[in-house]
Amino acid sequence: MNVPDDLQYTKSHEWVRTEGDTATIGITDHAQDELGDVVFVELPAEGDTFDAGDSFGTVESVKAVSDLYAPVGGEVVEVNSSLEDAPEKINEDPYGEGWIIKLRTSDEADLLSPEEYESLVEEES
Amino acid sequence: MANEGLRRTPLYDEHEALGARIVDFAGWEMPVQYEGIKAEHNAVRNHAGLFDVSHMGEAVFRGPDAERAVQRLVTRDVSRLADGQAGYSAVCYEDGGTVDDVIVYKREDDFLVVVNASNREKDLAHFRENTKDLDVEVADESDDWALLALQGPEAAKLLQDLTDTDLSALKPFRFVEGEVVDVGAIISRTGYTGEDGFEIYLSGDDAPGVWRTLIEAGATPAGLGARDTLRLEAGMCLYGNELDPETTPLEAGIGFAVHLDKEQEFIGQAALKEEKEGGLRKKLVGFEMEGRGIARHGHEVTVDDETVGHVTSGTKSPTLDRAIGLALVDPGVEDRFDVVIRDRPVPAKTVPLPFYKRDRG
Repeated sequence: MNVPDDLQYTKSHEWVRTEGDTATIGITDHAQDELGDVVFVELPAEGDTFDAGDSFGTVESVKAVSDLYAPVGGEVVEVNSSLEDAPEKINEDPYGEGWIIKLRTSDEADLLSPEEYESLVEEES
Repeated sequence: MANEGLRRTPLYDEHEALGARIVDFAGWEMPVQYEGIKAEHNAVRNHAGLFDVSHMGEAVFRGPDAERAVQRLVTRDVSRLADGQAGYSAVCYEDGGTVDDVIVYKREDDFLVVVNASNREKDLAHFRENTKDLDVEVADESDDWALLALQGPEAAKLLQDLTDTDLSALKPFRFVEGEVVDVGAIISRTGYTGEDGFEIYLSGDDAPGVWRTLIEAGATPAGLGARDTLRLEAGMCLYGNELDPETTPLEAGIGFAVHLDKEQEFIGQAALKEEKEGGLRKKLVGFEMEGRGIARHGHEVTVDDETVGHVTSGTKSPTLDRAIGLALVDPGVEDRFDVVIRDRPVPAKTVPLPFYKRDRG
């Protein structure tokens, strides 16, 4: 399981890369592995706003539908629309080309450290 | 960690060793995938895949009235089956609703009826309850059999190297008793994928060795996830999705397995005749999404915001790379409707079934 040191995480298996007031969000390597082949991603529109914990979209594998939750509140400033044609990027490169949205954050995030996320995954399995 | 009360097939340790993801399916711990559903799906379409379907149930009808009993219970006219021939059939209630869909194997001295794992207890009770007046024994032999499904365009070539049985002489829906990798087995040219292939019935003790040999010979282990996408592309029904006690086999589009003119009456015959004459209450259609989204089991189907049915199965087809599905809809529904995905109507259009038909060269 790949859990990069420079990211933060949620209990619902999203990752967050914070640069200034911009948070880039995707799902973790563990999450994509659990889902299996991702075949569809439903993305929000730029300008949509979410509170922390809100569902902002869905990812679907062949078998399962999974909601995506905003790790932190904010406004959507960019979506990875290339996922609409190539959702498999989420499997192939979950922390890179498989990123999902960027938010301009409006509040402080309460997130897990890489160590905390790793122990969460170990507890769940 | 073992889940209380869940059953395991004789191949459970093989699945674990292959790193399968195990799920609870109808009370069984079954592999849903190994490497990934798409890769396994494609292996079956292009080469050969190997499934463990030992959870399926086997009921054997023996005795002087065995044929009368089976004739009463299933919609197909089994008197037309020759020894060594199998037939797909429905089992109905008096009102025409579906108890199960099954394969009936006509053997020299008895009938083997293969039932869905999720319906095993219900079916056996139904079989026995409705044949009490007949001189027939209905034996549940499910625990005596393991069942492997070897499916795909390369299945015949791969299996031929491991058996003395001449597979070129074994036509679809025919079966023979023979040997596979030197152990006794029933070899049946049947399957649930839309490809050529075989179902191999053998003892649980023999199953792991044959399983390993078939994989060493080139078969790709495939799980229930790929089994579901393959059968859906082939337009085949899954009990609990397209078929249930509220749906008749005519409505679900398997009228080809219902012989309404059968001389010996079967349970549900009168109701099905009446439905056929009076018109179907609903119909099964295949559809393709035109808008973005994947239809899933249970989604509503609407026309002009009126509910006209529901999706029974839906997925992103790995072979066609399109979102496809089956739906039970009002008989008057025409070629366009909406599927309500997360509260949003998404346009879909009907397409002929099956979605995928193999090239028979």
